[in-house]
Amino acid sequence: MVQVRMEANILGANELLARKNRAVFAGRGMLVVNLMSSPGSGKTTLLEKTIDHLQGQITLGVIEGDLYTDQDARRIEEKGVQVVQINTEGACHLDAGMISKAYENLSDREMDLLFIENVGNLVCPAEFDLGEDFKAVVMSVAEGNDKPLKYPLIFREAKVILLNKMDLLPYTDFSLERFGHDLEQINPTAPVFKVSGRTGEGMAEWIEWLLGEVKGKRAENIKAF
Amino acid sequence: MHEFSLIEGVLNMVRDSASQNNIGKVNRVKLVVGRLSMALPDSLHFAFEAICKDEDLFREAILEIEEKEIMCDCLACQRSSELKDIYSFICPACGSNRIEITQGRELYLDYYEGEEVNGAGSNGG
Repeated sequence: MVQVRMEANILGANELLARKNRAVFAGRGMLVVNLMSSPGSGKTTLLEKTIDHLQGQITLGVIEGDLYTDQDARRIEEKGVQVVQINTEGACHLDAGMISKAYENLSDREMDLLFIENVGNLVCPAEFDLGEDFKAVVMSVAEGNDKPLKYPLIFREAKVILLNKMDLLPYTDFSLERFGHDLEQINPTAPVFKVSGRTGEGMAEWIEWLLGEVKGKRAENIKAF
Repeated sequence: MHEFSLIEGVLNMVRDSASQNNIGKVNRVKLVVGRLSMALPDSLHFAFEAICKDEDLFREAILEIEEKEIMCDCLACQRSSELKDIYSFICPACGSNRIEITQGRELYLDYYEGEEVNGAGSNGG
């Protein structure tokens, strides 16, 4: 009998690719945001509204991740923004290898901001580094108050949290007070933006914060050279 | 949800290493899994058994999983404690939310055990 010690990270292959992606993105001074949520939280609508606000101010690209269909990519394309669709065909998350291939397929690889819309899932995407600058989590008031405590890792890892469908708040039992209290325990530092992709409510604050991040990234890149 | 692909990754690492080390049969594979990783031990066992029975190298292999508790260092009171509730990142000693997770995100292949192929230099298995 022989024992072979490995001490090898099971996600090591992904993490190596994520580091390569991060270096490529940093070299171009672009901000990369990994957008994550459960299915039906309104991620794509929020992304469309975000694009409306940003167009003309900065250059954009989008990588869309879905199990099947290119419906989301077509919605983004209609906005006149370059987009590549990834179909995971059953896989529950995007990985760094998928992102590097998709990025190579964008028509223009120089941009200020790249959005990666992850597969709708609050569990697995939290584990897979894509080479992004930060994770943004979207949840909607219609999903109920229990989401942060049931999926703590993804909320813990987020740099920013978007509470969507605020226009539906009066029709739900969602408690903003409890939401704030739960986040105090899980992620006390992430800013929370209360928005509605449908009505545009709260978008200005989110856009201002996001543009600040884009500028910060650009400044970092200038300093490095 | 992605336990099958995790196990496939583990078996790929073991298969490569076994062929380099002239090991023809794997008896045991040991993983370390933190409670804060998104991999569930039961699902890992299920995936391991399902995949291993189709391959001679792994047919009789046993999966052992060591689970790691979630540990944190508190930036307020400087104490180290175990976090029992996965959904509450609060220092159990002083109640501060300014903590750093020091253990619990592990997800690695610790070691495997196997039997060497009889006869030095043989590549068979």
